[in-house]
Amino acid sequence: MIDKRVDSLEQAVAGICDGAVVLTGGFGHAGNPTDLIHALIDQGAKDLTVVNNNAGNAHIGLAALLETGRVRKMICTYPRSTDSEVITNLYRENKIELEIVPQGTLAERLRAAGAGIGGFYTPTTIGTPLADGKETRTIDGRDYVLEYPMPADFALVKAECADRWGNLTYNKAARNFGPLMCMAARVTVVQVRKFVELGSLDPEQVVTPGIFVDRVAEVADPIDERVEIEQQKVAR
Amino acid sequence: MNASPTNGSLNRRQIAWRAAQDIPDGACVNLGIGMPVLVGNYLPLDREIILHSENGILGMGPAPASGEEDYELINASKGPVTLLDGGSFAHQADSFAMIRGGHIDICVMGAFQVSASGDLANWSTDAPDAIPGVGGAMDLALGARRVFVMTEHTTRGGEPKLVEHCTYPLTGTGVVSSIYSNIAVIDVADDGLVVREKLNGLELDDIQRVTGAPIRLANDWQTLDVPNLA
Repeated sequence: MIDKRVDSLEQAVAGICDGAVVLTGGFGHAGNPTDLIHALIDQGAKDLTVVNNNAGNAHIGLAALLETGRVRKMICTYPRSTDSEVITNLYRENKIELEIVPQGTLAERLRAAGAGIGGFYTPTTIGTPLADGKETRTIDGRDYVLEYPMPADFALVKAECADRWGNLTYNKAARNFGPLMCMAARVTVVQVRKFVELGSLDPEQVVTPGIFVDRVAEVADPIDERVEIEQQKVAR
Repeated sequence: MNASPTNGSLNRRQIAWRAAQDIPDGACVNLGIGMPVLVGNYLPLDREIILHSENGILGMGPAPASGEEDYELINASKGPVTLLDGGSFAHQADSFAMIRGGHIDICVMGAFQVSASGDLANWSTDAPDAIPGVGGAMDLALGARRVFVMTEHTTRGGEPKLVEHCTYPLTGTGVVSSIYSNIAVIDVADDGLVVREKLNGLELDDIQRVTGAPIRLANDWQTLDVPNLA
């Protein structure tokens, strides 16, 4: 029998080893697998490379993971926000390596990794410093930059519903990088609000087919980063 | 007496209003973070315009009423929004396929600098202490069919933001179609910057004095006329 459900967040993040490349879904406060990230903090893996659109807010979730000093390298598109002091300080103190990738290029590099594509040419970054040192090619009169896939050891993703095969639905704009990160990792771990019976998801509504998913944990009442951040502000 | 070119100049809402009037019925439009978000408030009501948000929303609606926010339905600036009838969600590869694949008609962006040939610099001032971040700016700049830039005509220190060549790191080359500033509407033509509209009382020379690249007046130029939006 195929059953990708796990009983605990501890089981969900088991085996994430030192030095692992870990993809984490989310854009702003939407779609962050905050409960899985805190399980990873408790689990203790270090020397990590973490990939996310941003780089955490205040002192919760990804920012809390960065604050432990266990992330060697952060790959993201846009680390700045009103409360991104953790990554900003680590960067200024030279305590973390930072790689900035344009958002569409990050998405496509993840997709390429999941789809078995060895690289692709994109016009994005042509004529900019982010193309420095990269192979370029002119195709039909337009210039392109060669970008490589971004495979990972683990993906931590938040979705809405899962069945025991790992079929996933998402909630609104919380989908963002989820489906791509599920494809790109060797081991994909998903937290969902709700487990549902096999056969109860409309096949036309499944966004990530279960083949891209390895473990699913149910977190019915996930950490709301916005609420936590407000409470942290009060506490400080 | 030389009147300062910024006397009686447009405020941000008026710049947004002016840019919004140039978005045609049926257009798919991406509004960049910051000042361009204001454009959504002034889209002409008699036109059906689809707003795209880079984080995976097509058919984005206005902010919800207080108390009805859903923080899994947010725009690129991470503020809560709504979804219009007909709206849909997409993952990031599809959302950026819409952008990079030329399916977005217009993107409205802010700028640090725009060059006479339409080069855009709006992601980094190269300050040594500033943490870099590009987000979707480079994809949007080169992927949208037309890029509208909304900007003050000069920096706070009075330096021109429209220049011969950008000195800040580029976002994209030759991508800007039109510039909506607080004193003029300027198109990027093959031969340089062309003033399509200017504030009443400003001569071309007044605008040239605060512009870092040669400008010329369009043959069919008009007065830049906007409603009072305090």
